[in-house]
Amino acid sequence: MDLFDKLKILTDAAKYDVACTSSGVDRAAGRGGIGSAEACGICHTFAADGRCVSLLKVLMTNKCVYDCRYCVNRRSHETPRTEFSPRELADLTIGFYRRNYIEGLFLSSGVLRNPDYTCERMIETLRILREDYRFCGYIHAKAIPGADRSLIERLGLLADRMSVNIELPSHQSLSLLAPDKSKVSILGPMGGIRDGIRQNRTELVRYRHAPKFAPAGQSTQMIVGATPDTDYRILNLAQGLYRNYGLKRVFYSAYLPVVENSLLPAVGTKPPLLREHRLYQADWLLRYYGFSADELLDPQHQTFNPYVDPKCNWALNHMEAFPVEVNRAPRELLLRVPGIGVTGAKRILTARRTASLRPEDLKKLGVVLKRAQYFITCNGRSVPGLRLTRDSILRALLSARELDLYSRDLPWEDAPQQLSFFGGPGPEREEVRKWLAT
Amino acid sequence: MARDVIYRYDGSFEGLLCCVFESYDRREIPAAVLSPDDVQTTLIPEREIVADAAKAARVAASIPRKIGAGAPGFVRRAFLTCLPGKEREILLFLRLGYRYGPQVMNLLTNETVHTLSRAVEFLDRESHLLKGFIRFSEFNGALAAEIEPKNFVLPLLAPHFRARFPEERFLIFDRAHGAALVCQPHRAAILPVEGLELPDPDERERETRALWRLYYRTVEVEGRHNPVCRRSHMPKRYWNCMTEFCDSEPTGSKNPTPKDKGREKGGLPFICGF
Repeated sequence: MDLFDKLKILTDAAKYDVACTSSGVDRAAGRGGIGSAEACGICHTFAADGRCVSLLKVLMTNKCVYDCRYCVNRRSHETPRTEFSPRELADLTIGFYRRNYIEGLFLSSGVLRNPDYTCERMIETLRILREDYRFCGYIHAKAIPGADRSLIERLGLLADRMSVNIELPSHQSLSLLAPDKSKVSILGPMGGIRDGIRQNRTELVRYRHAPKFAPAGQSTQMIVGATPDTDYRILNLAQGLYRNYGLKRVFYSAYLPVVENSLLPAVGTKPPLLREHRLYQADWLLRYYGFSADELLDPQHQTFNPYVDPKCNWALNHMEAFPVEVNRAPRELLLRVPGIGVTGAKRILTARRTASLRPEDLKKLGVVLKRAQYFITCNGRSVPGLRLTRDSILRALLSARELDLYSRDLPWEDAPQQLSFFGGPGPEREEVRKWLAT
Repeated sequence: MARDVIYRYDGSFEGLLCCVFESYDRREIPAAVLSPDDVQTTLIPEREIVADAAKAARVAASIPRKIGAGAPGFVRRAFLTCLPGKEREILLFLRLGYRYGPQVMNLLTNETVHTLSRAVEFLDRESHLLKGFIRFSEFNGALAAEIEPKNFVLPLLAPHFRARFPEERFLIFDRAHGAALVCQPHRAAILPVEGLELPDPDERERETRALWRLYYRTVEVEGRHNPVCRRSHMPKRYWNCMTEFCDSEPTGSKNPTPKDKGREKGGLPFICGF
């Protein structure tokens, strides 16, 4: 099998992994080396699905001894199998890196023979890159669940970021669809990586040149929509991971049926992209806007509103917190206003030191006035002519298409983005009314 | 303050600083500041501002002292932008700076500061995008790339690529501005270059390009096809210098065709993960 076939097969098998970031570590090449990493991360291209390509994302091999039902590489699935040799993969990475196609390597693998053997092959690839090529670019490695602790540690010292995929947000879903994996087998390595990073930090304080263990932290991904787990459950799990496991990122992947299975949605079901989008929006609110999961959803409202984003939804349900006076409000209150983002809030804080802000100034600062105007005052005055009822705001915020969907009784399956395929045809009209009602 | 005069300067940053000197010396604000590239005839009298190293140095030294440590970098970057009439905006910005001091950087709602900040943001964004979108090809061990940016980004790209390839010989040719960044270990320069034709790729280079195109096509998840999202993250004007789009070999069905247009509606933005 030539390199082209291998690359095709092993890219195809790895592309459903969502993470492709190269952020979180800043470093330049040493003497005789190649490569650097920028803290902000760099996207090198965007695929036709609109997702960024930053790293060469491949599997070491798609030969796998496990049989996870949702996975294209499961043992029982008939598909061509191949593997990269460590040298082949390292050479390919350097060839791409020199031409500025990529920022580094994202290396995952099916489990070949056993977890330890697989992990050793990955370590050898990374060793060639780091030691033979003195490569200082970004490397993201997937921890192989079940591999020996010392091997995970060695991998972590060669990589910038490590990840273990949660895949499914609940124990029940996991045992149903990934019988060979368990909560313990996932959270075990995750805790190991967390401890490795913590311990390494104290070592770095004492010895400046101690090798860094996964300096860009760890991440994970969850599949959304393969099982009946709700947004509420998923978001709470993500929050727990950020707080208890110190994760840098949680990725959400709308389930796209690629294999036929009676336990899974049928092939041809549309991926719940809108749901995934809402989860990312909420995730941003957790990480950068000071929200907690139970502010956004609660046991009575377990699903995100399809019509307005989570922040807008929160604001509409908490009109008592508004209006916010832009000339005086602290940062954390500004961040709660729909239409004011992290950049907008920062600029408001800067600009109001020298001049009192008027509504027309806010546009210059990058505030989306169309949304923010209902929730702010400038020196005690709001934009003239606004009707401040919850219903009128909602109507003003929805796009024509959404209003149209809401007013006509369209069957939800015909909507361009289906919300979710389980539990019937998405949110019932009555349920939507409940959201919209005061 | 008289405004019925146009400054004509030599197009260099030092020349522009001399215009600032002149503006204070004569107690006037010019109606425009034009470089040799601006061929514009008006009824307003023009005055040639001769670049003078001593005057430029005096102005340059005063900027950090009077307007703060962030100002010199900001003004230099503003000079690299493609903002029409950037020279006069910079002159007005500096005049504001001498009046308000370091606070001028916070006057984000002031028309001049706002205009310049937006232009600098565009410059920063474009240079950031190009850090990813530039494609090198290898010719006899050296790397060469071509770009067509709107802003003059080469000075901003230089530190990034020198850190990335400390041991390489490489060249980035800016076709739009007729200049090239030429680097070799421990040395770098930006030189004016008019026409530059890169040689034909050799066998190994062609193979690596083909591997990259294969990877690029394969990595798309077809069930999530979303060309609008791709274009908003990666505007089409960058495509003609990128290996995955512009090589002569056919790139298959994923190559953007007019057919894609019908499928572009209703796409959701995908969160690009930084």
